Amino acid sequence: MVQRMADRGRFTELAMPHMQALYTAALRMTRNPADAEDLVQETFLKAYRAFDRYEDGTNIRAWLYKILTNTFINSYRAAKRRPEKADVEDVEDLYLYHRIGDLRASGAGRSAEDEVFDHFTDDEVKRAIESLPEAFRIAVLLADVEGFSYKEIAEITDVPIGTVMSRIHRGRKALQKALLDFAVARGLVGSTEAGR
Amino acid sequence: MGTDESDLDCNDTIERLYHYLDGELTDERRTEIRRHLDDCGPCLGAFDFEADLRQVIANRCKDHVPDSLRQRVHDAIREEERREASGRSS
Repeated sequence: MVQRMADRGRFTELAMPHMQALYTAALRMTRNPADAEDLVQETFLKAYRAFDRYEDGTNIRAWLYKILTNTFINSYRAAKRRPEKADVEDVEDLYLYHRIGDLRASGAGRSAEDEVFDHFTDDEVKRAIESLPEAFRIAVLLADVEGFSYKEIAEITDVPIGTVMSRIHRGRKALQKALLDFAVARGLVGSTEAGR
Repeated sequence: MGTDESDLDCNDTIERLYHYLDGELTDERRTEIRRHLDDCGPCLGAFDFEADLRQVIANRCKDHVPDSLRQRVHDAIREEERREASGRSS
């Protein structure tokens, strides 16, 4: 009992500081605040139960994300499945950069890329990520929002590193396309056809 | 021309852009890329754009944890601790 109380103290100290990041990831995964809260609670409870298997000194953040991702895939995805595309449309590399450059060059849109960035709202960036099919969404989230390495993402999601790299690469391009669609819809950059 | 075998062209450089930004290249490769970027405005523009975009995505994706959730998690862990304790003593 005394030992377990010491464990809880140590668990609280090590794991709790990651709650904000885990909640953010849970929101992007579930796309729903109520599910995200349940997912985070379940993740912490599972982590606490398994804490004696956590090796001191190893990356607790990666360990917590692995529990979060597994829990999401095993419980939430199956329970709340809604039809979604399993793949992303393939677009060129540097999609957003080239499109914004083209628009500027054609005089269709005058925004410098910095201005376009400044005008994206938090909500648009979140929705763009949430628009990605699940496997791509998780890979991009772990890489670009959470800053995990390819190897860590391979371990967290339990897929080969080559698959991780491909998902990140294609997911990023699809994310850029989603962001450009928001930018065009809001008139931050003109569409090439309309020539605003 | 001082062009040695390790010099990268624009295609090689852009191909490695994400690996560079992701910190997934050897020091040697990073040096080669930096050398190319020093001399190549268009590639540097693309690198800067992608690096800035990455920053924007990370910064715009923060959500505030509701106090009620913090409380729920603390309560759930305390409850688990109590459950374990009573399970052991009985």
